[in-house]
Amino acid sequence: MNQLVKMAIRDLGRNRRRSFFSSLALGLGLALMITMAAVIKGEMSGAMDTTIRLQSGHLQIRAKSYEESKTSLKWEDLVENPVEIADQIASLDPVLAASPRLFASGIVSVRDKSTGVRIFGIDPLSEVNAPYRIGLIEGSFVNADDREGVLIGQPLAEKLGVKVGEQINLSINTSDGDVNEQVFIIRGIYSTRTNAFDSLTVFLPIAKAQTITKTENHASTIFVLLKDKNQTDAVISALQSSRYEVLDWINMNDLIIKTEEMANSYMNLFYLIVLGITATVIVNTLIMSVFERTREIGILSAIGMKSRSIMAMFLAETSLLAIGGIVMGVILGLFAVGYLAKVGIYVGNMGLTMLFGNYIYPELTFADALKTTIFAFIITLLAGIYPAVIASRMEPVQAMRGGK
Amino acid sequence: MEVTKIENVTRIFRVGDVETQALRGVNLSIENGEFTALVGPSGSGKTTLLQLIGCLDQPTSGNVYINGKDVSKLNRNQRADMRRGTIGFIFQFFALIPTLTAYENIEMPLLLVGESASKRKERVTELLEAVELTDRAHHRPDQLSGGQQQRVAIARALATRPSLILADEPTANLDTPNGKQVMETMTRLNRETGVTFVFATHDPRVIQYARRVITLRDGVIIENHSGEAQV
Repeated sequence: MNQLVKMAIRDLGRNRRRSFFSSLALGLGLALMITMAAVIKGEMSGAMDTTIRLQSGHLQIRAKSYEESKTSLKWEDLVENPVEIADQIASLDPVLAASPRLFASGIVSVRDKSTGVRIFGIDPLSEVNAPYRIGLIEGSFVNADDREGVLIGQPLAEKLGVKVGEQINLSINTSDGDVNEQVFIIRGIYSTRTNAFDSLTVFLPIAKAQTITKTENHASTIFVLLKDKNQTDAVISALQSSRYEVLDWINMNDLIIKTEEMANSYMNLFYLIVLGITATVIVNTLIMSVFERTREIGILSAIGMKSRSIMAMFLAETSLLAIGGIVMGVILGLFAVGYLAKVGIYVGNMGLTMLFGNYIYPELTFADALKTTIFAFIITLLAGIYPAVIASRMEPVQAMRGGK
Repeated sequence: MEVTKIENVTRIFRVGDVETQALRGVNLSIENGEFTALVGPSGSGKTTLLQLIGCLDQPTSGNVYINGKDVSKLNRNQRADMRRGTIGFIFQFFALIPTLTAYENIEMPLLLVGESASKRKERVTELLEAVELTDRAHHRPDQLSGGQQQRVAIARALATRPSLILADEPTANLDTPNGKQVMETMTRLNRETGVTFVFATHDPRVIQYARRVITLRDGVIIENHSGEAQV
């Protein structure tokens, strides 16, 4: 076996440039695979983190009859005494913060421009709203007792052509099916670096939101953040109620999880295409090598080397090319992922139902790196079987007669 | 005792619709320790006969026996097993593995028969001395002259102490002094070790070393002459 490996190393060394470029082809392919795996992982986990942070939280407590798509404001669809419930939930050890939120839909109009928005009635002091507070880029955050102030996102401000301190007209649906209209002053402009969210969402203090929507002491949901999302099940079991339902971040973000699964399936296809190309390069190299060494194969066969040993010798060469390619691929891939994770990949406004950030920061997991590497090695080895079989089936007489 | 026996062997090559009959009912027996030349013009069937004796090829009809065993119907791997350890080859071109040194080339058949490292070392050293190439042990074929390469090939052929060594035009690519040295080495090793040598040639300077000369023409043996070598 050692002798076969030694011969394989020396055979590859005969045409160093060709061997190097064959390995490099695999290396580039693997680097691309590693980078793409990290981009998809970063994109999906970024979308999940952003959505949890801005929109879903880890848990939400809602009335069982509440329909999110209708942004219902009927009292029976809402959570009663939300502050009291939120305080109870916040007292649980794994809970980082809990706060009521009231959602409503409305229309913002300024002069001749108007656009549909969703209204978030929030407790400005709660920690769950820190991401919005941190994202404040102009003006100030709304106060809990502010009766005229709103916060709007930067893209919405740009679209409407308004600045901090200017007035906007807000028409908001109410619990009795009417529409209430009021002029508000823009206290601040925020950016969560997530266009889909920022261009649609207007923040009001929850007390004002309850007044204008006529929902009084009600909220659409209790928004809960946990210290560790792995504690989700434990907290759910502590929160069972006959009137309300508890939704966790997995159920609420089912689309992201399904999208990630679908993306992973597409990635497997992508890997196969990339490896198909690199395997073709390696097969080509090895077939050239087999035909250049026809006579040697004949000699080895003549002195008694069995077919399987000849095959093993070529598979050893394939393995060495694969190992070389994998080393190059892993190094190149790690550099690419490291660089992109630092600077981010700008994707702009991609968000639809899911909240993708404006930047993707690739995340490489050990499992993804291992999976792509093993995949690359196996496909390359499988590709090496064909030239190895050609070599092992050569009859010594023909090989020595026809070879070089 | 017979090392090889050929019974009524024919070998037909087919290329497309064209059939070429390389051997036509050849009968031959070669005894242990012989130093025999197969001679004849190109296309007479010398190389084909050597390949059949060497289990590199199979007859179209008839039987080939090596040490009493019929090898005519063996499959590829069985023939490889038979070659390994029983038959040594020396080819017209200097058939060494270019990536291996002289030492490693000689060692290769010993590796294939599973010889231990210490025995391999002992045997290779002994053979390098026998072909007077001890100082070239760690040179690769492209660092050796044609004659030296052919002597490495002789050493490799002898490595596993086979009962039969087949040489196809062993001096064809050598100049006269190197050809002479190769033939003298083969003669000496035949005498010292008793191993049987059968070689194909049409070079009269080589034929004179043989103690038996078998002449082929158009795939049949037309003359089978034994006597003393002329050198």
